[in-house]
Amino acid sequence: MSETATPSKQSNGGRSSLAQELLVPVLAVVTGLLIGAVVIIASGANVFDAYGALFTGSFGSPARLVEGLQVYFSTGETRELLRAIYPFTESLVTATPYIFAGLSVALGFRAGLFNIGAEGQFFIGALCSAFIGYSLKGLPMIVHLPLALLGGALGGAIWGMIPGYLKARFGAHEVVNTIMMNWIAFRLSDWLLNGPMKASGFRPVTPNVLASAELPRFFPDPLRFNLGFFIALLVAYLVYWFLFKTTTGFEIRSVGANPDAAKYAGMNIVKNLVLVMALAGGLAGMAGSAQVLGVDHWVGQGFSAGYGFDAIALALLGKSHPFGVVLSALLFGFLRSGATNMQSRAGIPIDIISIIQGLVIVFIAAPAIIRWFYRLRSIKTEETVLTRGWGK
Amino acid sequence: MTNVLELRGITKRFPGVIANEKVDIALREGKILALLGENGAGKTTLMNILYGLYKPDEGQIFVRGREAHIHGPNDAIALGIGMVHQHFMLVPVMTVTENVMLGVEPTRNGMFLDKEKVSRRIREISDQYGLEVDPNAYIKDLPVGIQQRVEIIKVLYRQADILILDEPTAVLTPQEVEGLFKIINTLIKSGKSIIFITHKLKEVLAIADDITVLRLGKVVGSIDPKEATTEKLASMMVGRDVNLVVEKKPAKSGKPVLMVENLFVRDERQHMTVQGVSFEVREGEVLGVAGVQGNGQTELVYALTGLLPLEAGTIRLLNEPIRHTSPREILERGMAHIPEDRQRHGLILTFPVHDNLVLCTYYKEPFARGISLQEKAIFSNAGELVKQYDVRTPNIYVNVGTLSGGNQQKVIVAREFSRPIKLLIASQPTRGLDVGSIEYIHQQIIKKRDEGTGVLVVSSELDEILALSDRIAVMYKGQIMDILDADKTSKEELGLLMAGIHPSDNKKTK
Amino acid sequence: MTTTNLEFSAAAEKRKRISYGLTLLAAGLFIFFLFGLNTQPGVQTTFGLNLAGSQAVEVPDFVVPAQITVYLMAAMAVFAGAFQLARGVRSTGWLIGILSFTFVVAFLTWAAQDKSFNLTGMLGSSLVRATPIALAALCGVISERSAVINIGIEGIMLMSAQTAVVTATVTGSLFIGLVAAILVGALIAAFHAFLVIRFKVDQVVSGVAINIFGTGFTSFISSRFLQSATDTLNNSGTFPIISIPLLAKIPVLGPVLFENNIVVYLMILIVALMHIMLFYTPWGLRTRAVGEHPKAADTLGVNVYLVRYVNVILGGMIAGLGGAYFTIGSVGRFDEIMTAGKGFIGLAAMIFGKWNPIGAFTSSLIFGFADSLQVKLQILRVPIPSEFLLMAPYIVTMIILTGVVGRAIPPAADGQPYEK
Repeated sequence: MSETATPSKQSNGGRSSLAQELLVPVLAVVTGLLIGAVVIIASGANVFDAYGALFTGSFGSPARLVEGLQVYFSTGETRELLRAIYPFTESLVTATPYIFAGLSVALGFRAGLFNIGAEGQFFIGALCSAFIGYSLKGLPMIVHLPLALLGGALGGAIWGMIPGYLKARFGAHEVVNTIMMNWIAFRLSDWLLNGPMKASGFRPVTPNVLASAELPRFFPDPLRFNLGFFIALLVAYLVYWFLFKTTTGFEIRSVGANPDAAKYAGMNIVKNLVLVMALAGGLAGMAGSAQVLGVDHWVGQGFSAGYGFDAIALALLGKSHPFGVVLSALLFGFLRSGATNMQSRAGIPIDIISIIQGLVIVFIAAPAIIRWFYRLRSIKTEETVLTRGWGK
Repeated sequence: MTNVLELRGITKRFPGVIANEKVDIALREGKILALLGENGAGKTTLMNILYGLYKPDEGQIFVRGREAHIHGPNDAIALGIGMVHQHFMLVPVMTVTENVMLGVEPTRNGMFLDKEKVSRRIREISDQYGLEVDPNAYIKDLPVGIQQRVEIIKVLYRQADILILDEPTAVLTPQEVEGLFKIINTLIKSGKSIIFITHKLKEVLAIADDITVLRLGKVVGSIDPKEATTEKLASMMVGRDVNLVVEKKPAKSGKPVLMVENLFVRDERQHMTVQGVSFEVREGEVLGVAGVQGNGQTELVYALTGLLPLEAGTIRLLNEPIRHTSPREILERGMAHIPEDRQRHGLILTFPVHDNLVLCTYYKEPFARGISLQEKAIFSNAGELVKQYDVRTPNIYVNVGTLSGGNQQKVIVAREFSRPIKLLIASQPTRGLDVGSIEYIHQQIIKKRDEGTGVLVVSSELDEILALSDRIAVMYKGQIMDILDADKTSKEELGLLMAGIHPSDNKKTK
Repeated sequence: MTTTNLEFSAAAEKRKRISYGLTLLAAGLFIFFLFGLNTQPGVQTTFGLNLAGSQAVEVPDFVVPAQITVYLMAAMAVFAGAFQLARGVRSTGWLIGILSFTFVVAFLTWAAQDKSFNLTGMLGSSLVRATPIALAALCGVISERSAVINIGIEGIMLMSAQTAVVTATVTGSLFIGLVAAILVGALIAAFHAFLVIRFKVDQVVSGVAINIFGTGFTSFISSRFLQSATDTLNNSGTFPIISIPLLAKIPVLGPVLFENNIVVYLMILIVALMHIMLFYTPWGLRTRAVGEHPKAADTLGVNVYLVRYVNVILGGMIAGLGGAYFTIGSVGRFDEIMTAGKGFIGLAAMIFGKWNPIGAFTSSLIFGFADSLQVKLQILRVPIPSEFLLMAPYIVTMIILTGVVGRAIPPAADGQPYEK
């Protein structure tokens, strides 16, 4: 093929505008919601009730907000106002672990690794944080909380590092291995929650973490909005800085884009792959930590249901860019949080969100479908190769 | 004499490029038409159109006087057109028989493959045309010369009488080329017509009945081989007079920079592909490594650059041994490397030009402080190098994958030459490039030599080896057959060595 | 030169010999200290060879003295290790065989000391438990032989499983349920093929999307409809056991191989047919060529896209059958996420089986064995938490993927889209 065309030179410097970047993701989500609506109608429910409940469940009811503000300004009573902003803050609370988990998968993608193990890493991180949270007594918060967070990150990092090492050293495909690690994590947690880590009582759950390990909340109960959200935003910025402004980030992106060339340029592939999987695992572990320390305060079976797979959709939707991930995590936070309301109000199972996510992944991965569907002109964008067969 | 094949007004556009523009060619029955043109002239595109792999935007194809509409290889095969591709289209893990029968499988009971029948037919074809091959051998075990025979058998098995040979001599030793020419003559005698695609002028003069020259997708002209000379063909091909030799002063060689002694290397499949190689490269000289591809050159370079471990022997770079040394450390000691496959190993195509220009130095001052990348320094470095090495790019922010092959190679050269280096290893430095880029890269390499850098050039193009080298080592089956002075040897001698025959042995037996 | 060459090979051989020898020695000591010393002297282990209710001719059970057997196994491993260190055996297969044989026998003898362990039942349940894994693996083999990775097998099996049980319950016919499951498998695989061939979507991404969609969709249907209407939608019964006359009477093997339901027989049939198809027919030749070197196949007029579409869809049908196994072939109802990673384990079996139907089947049996062993051990009350035993298949999968045992080379074009 040495004599075929040389690719055309782009005069705009190869950088497409933000609007172009956003077009396909937005349309993908819209189309996902539309098909979701079809599924809801097909299942015999009223789609307006359903999506109405989805909206009020995620943002809150505007009328209530106005009422709450009136009450607050006239009497100084905050209860109504807090009830009005409850759905909104709850959405942010839901988005928090998504930000971490999405960053985890996105970081993997940047290095050419597909981390489907965020699920297991999340669970292990949560268990580690919970353990540190309830077992270490008498520590001041300034020590206990960071320790619990770090413990979670470390647990997740170890869980991610194992498939990373197997990939780097033996070329064993990380997709299958991270899934196997998920199942091992589930079985391990079954054992821990029924045995060594079980709180007194019948249910297989851990004891509550101590107050000194809880992420501080900003509002009185039942509002659960807490520091975790801002830590997530900070970490997203750090990941951005790490990927694009540091030498290690340069190496990771090089390894992801062309491992052969990276090797020729003297970069250490094994080190970078293991590092990325450890960091990715750590981020997913922090998702679990944030959830257990900020929201639930204990861990039970099925704790991590779905976060790992949601994270894949997030990373793809956010084009593996930390800021994109934050935006899509917020979107899915609102969707999930609203879906809970939709389930109780309109009887639509929350799994509808997984259906929509599956579709969004397809549309993001095959923008041609979206372009064809909406009759858009093709924009030349860089295709990133995410995975490469079965290792070597 | 009738034209068995005619292309009229063929035009093919790719996004941003016109690969073929109003091309007319004609092949006479029972004759050899040489299609001459340099890399990127549009020869392969044209033949892919003829074979139905691409659809032309305009133009007509006439086969035996009748207009033909070729929508795919099946149509081409049905018209008796067969193609031997430049990169062999053989499945390595299958046998000769399986490869030959693929696509036109005879069956027993309408269901099961009849391999016996095909093997018998292969033996018949072998006998008829002198194409000896074992039908039960696996392709991956066969040398390239034999693989090419299998390709020709594939075409003949399908009863083609118009054969397209795309750069068939690229991977052969001079002696194997002669063997191929004999086969071509046998084919012509039995009534076949052949299109022979090449960019090698001497071959054209040796074998063609007609010559058509392509340049930048257009037909420059046709010429009778009796009236043609290499100089004339070269200027037609390139569009100006070409200096076929690189101007260079005699080498002023100094201390050795690289010493290799009794080196053994295994490839990734654990085959010992380098077996006891010894040589040295001195300051200010070019050592050329000649040889047919796949005789251990790639693994030799991998070992020198730290990409493969040494099985035995020593490598000393500036008198320091290389053993379990990381590629980075080797680069830092002053080795530069232009890799064989520039797109796979030399560049990150989805990265901008400026990042590719610091691919080996991004972690050092001034491009990084601590772990923090210094974008300003990276950008200004790119600006300077692009200017200095004449890289044709709209700006330094475009992805390097959007540049042409020649400019991509210039990016690599700029990157490698901008570091302080003592030894340059250049593998196939001009493969697939146009003549202008080839000249430029050659000049740059000689310039480095004259600055006192030791240079190791690995190439399967004998002309390139002869143009650049001061001394020439010939590799065959993982060993160095001999190391000769460039001005005291000839193509013939090198050719014999490349085929594993020592000319002195020959004389003795005579 | 060739002599030096041989010397270097010899060095590598020696390293290999020593590492294998040491592994065997270690295994022998492990068996001795862990199992041997923990077995009570004088106690017997009974290996049952008859299955209650089977037609097979009865044979006496196999009774061995427990401790002596374990010591014997330890001695065997140590001897093999020592022999390996001293002389060196070329065949890696033999060594792995001895290693697993001594280890498994010692382990079972220890675990079932003073009790009875039904070997025939264990083998039978190994085959049954291997069935969905083998079907997933076969789906993988046929797709990947044409160079399309299908990592969405798990999602396909979930959707087929649900379709099978709902259709069978509603229509009252297990057979219609089976056909529906296969059709759903074909449909989803066709969608996968469409995405990766027509739109060149990253094959792994598409597969993951199918898994997420499949999990979400089946859970959605399950919680919206099935849970409230179990009897009318989610209660189909299962395929009956079909005993093959005469063959089922063979002692030990009879009940294992010839008293199964239709899904198991179909699986075995598919193994045979796929082997013949791949290696003895024109379609198989084209499939393999497309998987190895699609361009070569294309230049010879083979329609690369068609070959891929057909193979991926055939694979989907096989995965659909695998899905049907979970419901109408096994428990007669659908539970959320009931496939529990079997689709992925199937992919590991495919890799371990070197992309060959028979290899994939054999390695599925190993997984099936690990799976049923875990169940048996729970019944025997082995002092290992059941959760850890449940991890066994996953850990085995990861070990296999490292390629330490039997590294295989995938089809050369596996996972790459083909562009003309």
